[in-house]
Amino acid sequence: MPEYALQAVGLTRSYGAVRAVDGVSFALPKGGSLGIVGESGSGKTTTARIVVGLEQADAGEVLVGGARRASAVRGRARRLARAREVQMVFQDPLQSLDPRTSVESVLRETLGLHFPGRDHTPRVRELLDQVGLGPRAADARPGGLSGGQRQRVAIARALAVEPAVLVLDEAVAALDVSVQAQILNLLADIREQTAVGYLFITHDLGAVRCVTDDVIVMRQGRVVEAGSTSEVLGSPRHPYTRLLMDSVPRPGWDPARIAEARRTL
Amino acid sequence: MTAVFTRRPGLRGIRAGGSPLHLVCLGLVALIVTAALLAPWLVPHDPNAVDLGGALAGPSPDHPLGVDAAGRDTLSRLLLGARTSLLGPLGVVVFSTLAGVAVGTAAAWRGGWLDSVLSRSTELVFAFPGLLLAILIIAVYGEGLLAPVVALAVAYLPYVSRLTRSLVLAERARPYVSAYQVQGHSGLQICLRHVLPNIAPVVLAQATVNFGYALMDLAGLSFLGLGVPALTPDWGRMVFDGQTAIQHGYPLSAVLPCVLIVAFNVVGERWADRVARRTP
Repeated sequence: MPEYALQAVGLTRSYGAVRAVDGVSFALPKGGSLGIVGESGSGKTTTARIVVGLEQADAGEVLVGGARRASAVRGRARRLARAREVQMVFQDPLQSLDPRTSVESVLRETLGLHFPGRDHTPRVRELLDQVGLGPRAADARPGGLSGGQRQRVAIARALAVEPAVLVLDEAVAALDVSVQAQILNLLADIREQTAVGYLFITHDLGAVRCVTDDVIVMRQGRVVEAGSTSEVLGSPRHPYTRLLMDSVPRPGWDPARIAEARRTL
Repeated sequence: MTAVFTRRPGLRGIRAGGSPLHLVCLGLVALIVTAALLAPWLVPHDPNAVDLGGALAGPSPDHPLGVDAAGRDTLSRLLLGARTSLLGPLGVVVFSTLAGVAVGTAAAWRGGWLDSVLSRSTELVFAFPGLLLAILIIAVYGEGLLAPVVALAVAYLPYVSRLTRSLVLAERARPYVSAYQVQGHSGLQICLRHVLPNIAPVVLAQATVNFGYALMDLAGLSFLGLGVPALTPDWGRMVFDGQTAIQHGYPLSAVLPCVLIVAFNVVGERWADRVARRTP
């Protein structure tokens, strides 16, 4: 039995009568990469927020390295240990960075919290180098960077904690296509170098193909299909997965037929 | 030929700040603060030296701003009065802003029962007019600068705490706060290092406006003969003393303090406006 970096068992979360996440289970092998795909409102972001601890699950549990991840912790040491389990990169980097804080001080603040009493200068340079930012970017504030650069900063900040798992919530969705490709390549490189596991949440099937080994497809809070990425995207078994794939615009694409297929699903 | 326009940020900032009224007021405020700081060395006469023979005289080389009904030099009283008249509102603003920010932030960040308790209890203060509260406290504890300052600070606290609460609520919903939480920072650290600096411009702008109000309220109190002890020069007291002078047609000793108070308010509100425009 392979060792898992992250496991979710029967996660459930309701908002009033709506079951946003309904019995979702998945497993991410150590150093592996798991995609969660689905349309808006399918519960994939809620799942991500439960995994990192920004939301509480009504039922089910998250296991990191086989140990149960506490839903809420008190005390500095446990809070930091919890942060080192899972880190997150958010969709909009401009929103997820404090506009007042420069790139270098963002990284220094995190390093100072997790690794106090060290000289952080070489590590800051290493992190910037790792995400492909030059030393000139270090003094810039988020407002002075491009979208791609900002997302690189957000990735560097998450990596600074040296987490076991990195949750990427629509991490490339707010970027334009050429920058998306750069960031996806960067993510693939980082995984080779650091053996961090990815939980890659997206609606973009092309991005999933690039960076994930396995994928689960979510619809209305439930997992409808799971398997290796090439299998699921190569020969989708569930009609919803086929619908998702057919919904990507291309030559000869007929939106009316997609709408019809969606109604009959 | 191409013309090269060089922009000088310092000058542009002043020009963008614009109206002549604002500039005049800004100059006045700077002048008063300097004068208040240097008052003991600047005053030409003893502010309490009475010269009944020359009462209500107009401006003269000896008394540049004239003398009041008791024959006291207006300029000297204005300069020394600036100290009590500025120190009082400063105390009100510092105390109400610090306490208000603490209360508002705690209420917004924790939410739940703490929010209810803090919000409702500060609203209770709203139900009580600030000046009345001050008069009550002075009636109990007697004259002095401290009692009215504390009373007004309590009265001003809810304005600051409500503003802070709504700002922190909005700031808290922004993803960067979630990002710092995921990174393992404690709520206190996030508030002190990120949330408060981000809302500070707006809160400070409100504080300057409060400074103007507090100045007027304190001047009003001493106009009523409360607060500042009788022989201490104070603007509010000067307006009160000058009231009879106006009736006799010698307005200077009454008008000058009013002009200065207006100047403070113009500057404060202008700053608040600019900050409000800058933050989205």
